[in-house]
Amino acid sequence: MREFIDGATAIARGALDAGCDFFAGYPISPATPLLLHMIRELPKVGGVAIQAEDEIASISMCIGAAMTGARALTATSGPGISLYSENIGLAIMGEVPLVIVDAQRMGPATGGATTPAQGDVQFVRWGTSGGYPIIALAPSSVAECYSLTRRAFDLAERFRVPVFLLTDKAMCLSMSTVEIEQYERPPVRPRVQAPAAPSGDLGLRPEESFLPWRFDPLDRPPPFSAFGGAHIMRFTGSSHDEHGILTKDPVRVGQLNEHLWRKIADHASEIELVRADLQPDARTLLVSYGITARAMAEAAQTARARGQRVSALTVQSLWPVPAHALLAAARGASGDVPVERMVVAELNLGEFRREVEREIYAWAARERRVAPEIVGLHRVDGELITPEQFLETIRA
Amino acid sequence: MLAQLPVTYRNEREYPFCPGCGHGLVLNALNRALIESAADPKRTVLVTDIGCQGLSDQYFVTHAFHGLHGRSIAYATGIKLVDPDLNVIVLMGDGGAGIGGAHLLNAARRNIGLTVLVFNNFNFGMTGGEHSVTTPTGGVTTTTRSGNLERPLDLCATVVVNGAGFAWRGTAYDKDLADVIVEALQSRSFALLDIWELCTAYYVPNNKLTRTTLTTMRETVGMAAGVVGRAERPEYARALREAGASQAGQPALRPDPLVPIFASALDREFRLVIAGSAGGKVRSTARMVGEAAVLSGLWATQEDSYPVTVQTGHSLSELIFSPREILYTGIARPDALALVSEEGRRAAGHYLVALTPESWLFVTPQFVDLETPARKLVFDFDVTGVRGVKKHGALLLVSAALRVLDLFPLAACEAAIRRTQRSPIAEENLEIVRQGAAVVADRLGRGS
Ligand SMILES: Cc1ncc(C[n+]2csc(CCOP(=O)(O)OP(=O)(O)O)c2C)c(N)n1
Ligand code: SF4
Ligand SMILES: [Mg+2]
Repeated sequence: MREFIDGATAIARGALDAGCDFFAGYPISPATPLLLHMIRELPKVGGVAIQAEDEIASISMCIGAAMTGARALTATSGPGISLYSENIGLAIMGEVPLVIVDAQRMGPATGGATTPAQGDVQFVRWGTSGGYPIIALAPSSVAECYSLTRRAFDLAERFRVPVFLLTDKAMCLSMSTVEIEQYERPPVRPRVQAPAAPSGDLGLRPEESFLPWRFDPLDRPPPFSAFGGAHIMRFTGSSHDEHGILTKDPVRVGQLNEHLWRKIADHASEIELVRADLQPDARTLLVSYGITARAMAEAAQTARARGQRVSALTVQSLWPVPAHALLAAARGASGDVPVERMVVAELNLGEFRREVEREIYAWAARERRVAPEIVGLHRVDGELITPEQFLETIRA
Repeated sequence: MLAQLPVTYRNEREYPFCPGCGHGLVLNALNRALIESAADPKRTVLVTDIGCQGLSDQYFVTHAFHGLHGRSIAYATGIKLVDPDLNVIVLMGDGGAGIGGAHLLNAARRNIGLTVLVFNNFNFGMTGGEHSVTTPTGGVTTTTRSGNLERPLDLCATVVVNGAGFAWRGTAYDKDLADVIVEALQSRSFALLDIWELCTAYYVPNNKLTRTTLTTMRETVGMAAGVVGRAERPEYARALREAGASQAGQPALRPDPLVPIFASALDREFRLVIAGSAGGKVRSTARMVGEAAVLSGLWATQEDSYPVTVQTGHSLSELIFSPREILYTGIARPDALALVSEEGRRAAGHYLVALTPESWLFVTPQFVDLETPARKLVFDFDVTGVRGVKKHGALLLVSAALRVLDLFPLAACEAAIRRTQRSPIAEENLEIVRQGAAVVADRLGRGS
């Protein structure tokens, strides 16, 4: 059975099925349909949705809600992500499970709200002070809007970190046909909860019962206890000790910041997600993500129908950069005939290409081999990259 | 009930404030208020702002949330919305009240049940004594060296006029401060306490402020003291849940399956563009046609474009039908273009020039002279007797076009209308589809 549905509806359904029970947002094209869906649907599942006074309030409310035990979602576009910036840092520091949909628009500032766009790839990664990692996923079909939203909640819960879902007008607002059986339903594993408090324990001395910010081991998020729950919880955006008390102790501060880095970096291979469509002896590897990956898939079909060999890699997890999958694809389908040329296609002027170049050049240097040529296929005029543009780049 | 309550809500850590700073006095009053109201520490959250007063999260045995500068009310709102029975107490400075002014106003308007203590020392203590929104006119600070030219913000009057359930103004030295905090906690509404106090490091030495002049200053600036406002309004966090309660348990956003009960002989991708005007039902027509295609076993996509001022200008819908999954949805050259209005023609100019002799162009009589290499069919719906031919132009023309193109049966369109539209609108649209198709039969001499 099929459905005629747009991406925003699929994202909203993915969130609801992932157990999302809190939404705060502020209207902005092309993310507004998510606000409307959640306002309409969340009361049905006992959740709460609110139109906040601005984007700073939206994400602040989500952070407060998430630390009170909710699975929180917010959605905006580039200008709103700009206003989220400081609180993205708070969510990283306070290890807040939070899913942020960025329905991108073309260009800086107000830009082009209703054109396809992929210009926020580096922005979401480096959009707050300190430089600490987040996770970002990019669906390239309506079915993936559903499944990757579920996955975003799973990753947010497991790693206690903000997870971005990067999408755009073309993905959110266009209707397409989905085979209902094809919706993947990845599990949504809840955040690890703190053990129940001993009975009669008032929790007045957290040092005796539960340490909300003990990392053991260093690469693992601490167990969670909600405000109003069994333990006294201290949350802070300042560098903190195991109790959540401000500290400047270099040993502890170093540990804390290393923890925030390693809980993502050490687990990058668990987060990495791509769709590899590799062909033996292909000399060209196309790399893309989001809406642009659809033209890539069509170009690969056309090229093969013409007798050309070509590989295509759709990147679903942009951050952390899926290094293993990129290298595996560059090594070729058989693993021993590397591609000669990689084409990175995106609706910006090379944001993800930088990452591909970094990984591939480092690999070539490590293994003392000639790196494949890496070329960019870019478009920033508000139009989609066409299959014909991809076909012109293929070296058969 | 709790077996045992804390004898004090303070922990053993000592306050970090300068000697004579008013912050500690307010925190002591808060402690007494928590004792008096027998608050369950596990059901109480202190949300602190940034600034010297923001350090307060570390000195109590309750939950604590220490976030960013000016946003404490917004975090507290999120906490309260999830768990409306929690005691949520915001501790913020006059600095936070300024930078977070939008949150303050909106929390008051909502009357969300937060107790907000503003530690108002007329300047930014933590950053070195700069002026704030509450610095009195003439007040000397490091950023108003010859006296403040701005007028101080009347926090209480602001929240009261915007709907707060409780507002009070006094000083950190008032004997009844703890009682007022208890009253605020019990008010189950947005309660703001504007607590005036001394910053002995900056504002006091620069302005010769004392405990006595603190009180007389209220008259100079013309701000009321004591309970400034009290109002009975529904508490927002509970009201919001109650407003949604009647919907609880309803299915949320379930799939809407389209069972293919019709068939199509289409063996390749077919691109149809409908170009009309706002109010001409272009998008709803396209949506119906897309569903009809899926009901006929095809894959379909639909992309709409229109100006942000939705009730004026063009309305353009692009549809693709295919027997296979559609990957790329851009359209360089439509297989068929339906022009319903002049605005539509202008918006579809790039499509019009791309047409070839293989393309179809469906138009209403106003475009009878339009030059094109495409196979052009002009349909006059005035003969149908449908009322409001202009309003229904898109549906009439597309029905006619589908009759000609024979991509899938018109019965699929009728089924699509029946499944989503209610009578009498459904009946009206079904009739329009029939009339649109009938015009084709008349014109081409094919049987209907
Ligand atoms: C976004 C942001 N801007 C500026 C600062 C620096 N800052 C820290 S405290 C403060 C003002 C605090 O004044 P107030 O709220 O009156 O608290 P007080 O120190 O007087 O108790 C400022 C501006 C900050 N922390 N965050
Ligand atoms: S600087 Fe001012 S506000 Fe801060 S602790 Fe000292 S006296 Fe208090
Ligand atoms: Mg102050």
